[in-house]
Amino acid sequence: MPTVSVKRDLLFKALGREYTDEEFDELCFEFGLELDEITSEKDIIAKEQGTVKAEGASDDILYKIDVPANRYDLLCLEGLSRGLQVFKERCEPPRFKRVVPANGDLQRLLITEETAQVRPHAVAAVLRNISFNQEHYESFIELQEKLHQNVCRKRTLVAIGTHDLDTISGPFTYTAKPPEDIKFTPLNQSKEYTASELMHLYKNDSHLRHYLHIIEDKPVYPVIYDSNGIVLSMPPIINGNHTKISLNTKNVFIECTGTDLTKAKIVLDMMVTMFSEYCEEPFTVEAAEVLYPDGNTYIYPELPYRKETLTGDLINKKIGVSETPESIAKLLTRMCLKSNVSGTEGVIEVEIPPTRPDIIHACDIVEDAAIAFGFNNIKRTIPTTYTVANQFPLNKLTELLRQDMAAAGFTEALTFALCSKEDIADKLCKDIGNIRAVHISNPKTAEFQVARTTLLPGLLKTVAANRKMPLPLKLFEISDVVLKDSKTDVGAKNNRRLCAVYYNKSPGFEVIHGLLDRIMQLLDIKPGKEQGYYIQAAEDATFFPGRCAEILALGQSVGKLGVLHPDVISKFELTMPCSALDIDIEPFL
Amino acid sequence: MADGVVVEPLLQLLEKADGGLDSLQVATGLRVDHQLVVGAVKSLQSLGEVISAEQRSSKRWELSCEGKEIAEQGSHEARVFNSVPPEGLAQSQLMNLPSGKVGFSKAMSNKWIRLDKNAEGGPRVYRVVESIEDLVQKKLLLAQQGQTDSLEEKDKNELKKRKLLNEVNVKSYWITKGSAFSTSVTKQETDLTPEMISSFTEMPTNNFIESSFWNFDALFQPQQHPARDQHDTFFLSDPACANHFPEDYLERVKRVHSEGGYGSQGYKYDWKIEEAAKNILRTHTTAVSARMLYRLAQQEEFTPVKYFSIDRVFRNETLDATHLAEFHQIEGVVADYGLTLGDLMGILHQFFTKLGITKLRFKPAYNPYTEPSMEVFSYHEGLQKWVEVGNSGVFRPEMLLPMGLPEGVSVIAWGLSLERPTMIKYGINNIRELVGHKVHLQMVYDSPVCRLDC
Repeated sequence: MPTVSVKRDLLFKALGREYTDEEFDELCFEFGLELDEITSEKDIIAKEQGTVKAEGASDDILYKIDVPANRYDLLCLEGLSRGLQVFKERCEPPRFKRVVPANGDLQRLLITEETAQVRPHAVAAVLRNISFNQEHYESFIELQEKLHQNVCRKRTLVAIGTHDLDTISGPFTYTAKPPEDIKFTPLNQSKEYTASELMHLYKNDSHLRHYLHIIEDKPVYPVIYDSNGIVLSMPPIINGNHTKISLNTKNVFIECTGTDLTKAKIVLDMMVTMFSEYCEEPFTVEAAEVLYPDGNTYIYPELPYRKETLTGDLINKKIGVSETPESIAKLLTRMCLKSNVSGTEGVIEVEIPPTRPDIIHACDIVEDAAIAFGFNNIKRTIPTTYTVANQFPLNKLTELLRQDMAAAGFTEALTFALCSKEDIADKLCKDIGNIRAVHISNPKTAEFQVARTTLLPGLLKTVAANRKMPLPLKLFEISDVVLKDSKTDVGAKNNRRLCAVYYNKSPGFEVIHGLLDRIMQLLDIKPGKEQGYYIQAAEDATFFPGRCAEILALGQSVGKLGVLHPDVISKFELTMPCSALDIDIEPFL
Repeated sequence: MADGVVVEPLLQLLEKADGGLDSLQVATGLRVDHQLVVGAVKSLQSLGEVISAEQRSSKRWELSCEGKEIAEQGSHEARVFNSVPPEGLAQSQLMNLPSGKVGFSKAMSNKWIRLDKNAEGGPRVYRVVESIEDLVQKKLLLAQQGQTDSLEEKDKNELKKRKLLNEVNVKSYWITKGSAFSTSVTKQETDLTPEMISSFTEMPTNNFIESSFWNFDALFQPQQHPARDQHDTFFLSDPACANHFPEDYLERVKRVHSEGGYGSQGYKYDWKIEEAAKNILRTHTTAVSARMLYRLAQQEEFTPVKYFSIDRVFRNETLDATHLAEFHQIEGVVADYGLTLGDLMGILHQFFTKLGITKLRFKPAYNPYTEPSMEVFSYHEGLQKWVEVGNSGVFRPEMLLPMGLPEGVSVIAWGLSLERPTMIKYGINNIRELVGHKVHLQMVYDSPVCRLDC
C-alpha cells in the first residue's frame, strides 16, 4: 500500500479546518485511508542518521497516510484534499477540460519505429501558464515518484518526464538509439555523458540503479529529442538537465513513455488532473498530438468521462440497505462520481471522471456507495444459506491420530514446510539428485531452497533446539511434505506424513516399534501379510545399518522405522541415540 | 430465512383484519405449512411490540392414514362392490383382494352384494344393486377439506370408531397488532444458531504448489501486480511450470484481463499464458477457493455452499519478529444468491465472536479480487487500540462469471492469519516462540488448554 507524506498544516489549510489527530484518524478510517504515522522531517532524519544530523531540519508535523493501491488520485496533497473535501461535501469535484491553443498549433511528439524494440508507447500533454510555489513544486516532483513506484511498477510499465517547455521547441521525436550514440548532460550534472557512461555512472546511485535493468540489455535505448536535437529525457532512467523544471517554469511539457499504453494514459491523466489546478485557467490542459510510426495520430490527454447506468435497487441489494435512488446518487457524488437519477425507474446515471480509472465495473460503484454510506452504518445481517458441514477426510484422520499420539506420550511439533537442500539430503546422508523435491528459484536465504520431502529434519532440529530438556524427548508431527509428481497439473503434490522420534541415552527402537503397533491398532490394521501390516529389514542411508525396517501395510510400502545413523545424529548437532518412524498415512484413509 | 417469505404477507393480512387472526387460518389462506406461520410469528415477536400473539389450542379432525387412503381410493366396501362383476365372483377370490375381508361384511350389511353359498364351484358373490353411493368416502373428503362442521356428530363418531378420523389438539396463535405495529419491519441482527456456524465444509488445501493461474489470474489479479513480483512470491525452478488448465475457462480469464467483458472494462494489457503457467508456493488459500468455486460452477445446477480451510501459505517476505516465510491462513467462503455486504459483516461478527472478539469495525480497503473489500479491526482491550484482525470482501464478478457461476450469485469471503491473533492472545512477541523448530518444549508442556471464550 503506498504511503503519502503530507505536511499537516498544509493539509488542514487545504481542507479549510483543523482536526485533532484522533479526528483526522477517524476521517481517514471512514474514507478507507490509514493515518499510519505522525512524524516530522527532523524526527525522520534523527531516527535514520542520528540527532546531530537532524539539527536544523524542519519541525513541521508530517502525516504519513496509507492510500489504497488503486487510488492513484490520492497520491498527493492536491488529490487527497480534493477527495476529502468532496467526501465531506465542502466542494464539488472539478471538471477537467482539454483545450487547444488559440492558434490551433498543438505540440507534437513523433514516435519512430526503433522504439518498438524497447518501449513502444508515448503520450504527452502541456500544462500552460502554471504557477508553482515551493510546496506545489515539491508535491509535483513527489507525485511523479509515487506514480513511478506504484502504477508505473518502478518505471517498468511507464516513466514520466516533465520539462520546461520554454527551453525547447517542438516537434519532439521519441526514438531509440544504440547507447554509444546518445550523448547529453543529464539532470543535475554539469557535463555530457554517453548513455553507456551514464549506465556506469548510475551503478552506484542509490535511487537510479534500481531502474537500469529495464533497458540495460537492450540494443537500443529510448530517447526524446526536440527539433534542435536537445535531449529531453532518456526514459525510464533520467531527464536532460537542459529542460529542468524550476519554480519559475510557466509552461510544462509532460511525456510518459512505456510498455503499457493503458497505464501510460492513466499516468498522464493523473499528472494533469492533479496539477492543472495551478494553471491560469484551473483544470484545463493543453492537448498534444502523438504520431505513431504507422501514421496514426492520437490526441492526449484523453481525460475520459464515462457514463455508467445502474439501478438504486441493485446497489441496495448488494450492500443490504434501502436508500432512495436520490440518496444513492448523492452518496456517489461524494466519492467524486457525479450521479443523477434519470427517469422514474430508479435508474442512476454515474459519471466516471478521468481521476477514477479504478472504477472498471459496477461493483466498484457499489463499493463507493457503501463507503459514502459508511461501512459501519450498514446493518449486520445473517444470511440464510443452509448447507451441510463436512470435514476434509484427510484432516479428520489427522485430528484423530494427533490426539492419540499425544495420549501415547509424544509431544506435537509444528515445523516449517520449507528448508534447505542440506536438511533433506546431506544431513540425512542422501543425495539431493535422488530426491523428488520441489526446488524454489528465488529464495532469499538457504532456509527456503526446497519444500521438505520428509518431516524428520524438522523434528531433529526441534530436538536440537531443546537439548537441555530432560530426557527422553518424544516428539511427533503429522503434516504435509511435497513431492514432484508428473500426474498433477502443477507437477507436484502434497503427501500427509506421520513422523515420530525418540531421543534418549539408549536408542529405544522398541519404543518406536511399540508406537507403530499402537498406530496400526488405532487404524484397525492387524499384524499380518495380506491385508495387515508387517516390517521387513531394509537398507537406508539415514538409518544405522541393520537397525532399519520398511513398513508394509495393506500390501504396499508406507514408510520406515529404525535407529538413526550416528552421522545423521551428529549432523543435526545431537549427541544421543535416536530412533524414528516416518509413514505416509494416506493409504489408511 | 425460510419464514421470511411469510412475514410480509402475514403483516398485510393482519393490517386488514379486524381484531386478530388465527395462525391456522393464515396458513390455510396463504397455502403454506402452519409451521412456517408459527416461525414468522416467533421472529416477529422477537422484534418487540410489532405483534402480540397468544397461544391457544383447538380441536380439529384429522384423517388417519387409512382415512386418507379411503378418501383417495374409496371405502373398502365400495372397492369390494366395484370388484364384483355382473356375472359374480368366487368368495374365495374376493377374500384375497386387499379390501376383501373388511369390505365384504360392510358391503353385505349395506345390502350392496349377496352371497350364493350353493353356487357351482363354491360360494359366489353377486351384486344386489346397479350402483352405489360411497358415503364414507364423501364424508372423509369433506373432513379432509376442513369442512368437518358439515358432518353430523354421529357420522364423525362412527368414522372415529372405524379409526378413519382422529380428533387432535392443535396449537395455534391468536395474532393481534402490537403497539409498534407496522407492515414493514427491519430485520435485526439475529443470534447465532448451531446450524449456521457448523455447516461449513472444509476445503482440500493439501496442495502447497500452485500455478500462478489459480493463485492470481483466476482471481483477476493482473500479471503486473506487485504481489507477483520475485520479492513477494516464491517461484519454483523445478517443476517450473504447470502444464494443464481448463482450456475454455483459461480463454475467458485471458479475455476478461486483456479486453474486459461481463460488464467490466478489464485491465487492457497483453495477458500471457507463460506468466500464468509459472509454478509458485501458494501465497493464499484463496487459490483453493478459486478451484472450489470453479468446480461448483461446473455443477449442473448451482447449490449454495459454505467453505472453510486452515492451512499454510508462503510469502517471500523479509523476516522479522512477527513475519515468517510461511504462516497459516484461515479462510471462509459463502456462495449464494443475493448475499449482501451486511451479510458479510454479520457473518464476520459471528465468526469473531466465536474467537472471543466482539468489538469489530470495518475499514474500506483495496484487494484486486474483492469489491467491496473490508479490513476487519477489533478493539484490543490490552493494547487499548484498534488492531487489524482480518481481511474480507465480495469476490469480483470478473472472477466469478468467467468460472460460469450464475449472474445473481454473490460470494463473500474472509481471511486471517492464525498466528497473529494467537500471538496477541498469548502475549507472544516473537513468532519463532510459537512456530517452528526453535519453540521451547517447556512452553508446550506447560500450556493450559486453549479456551477462546474466556
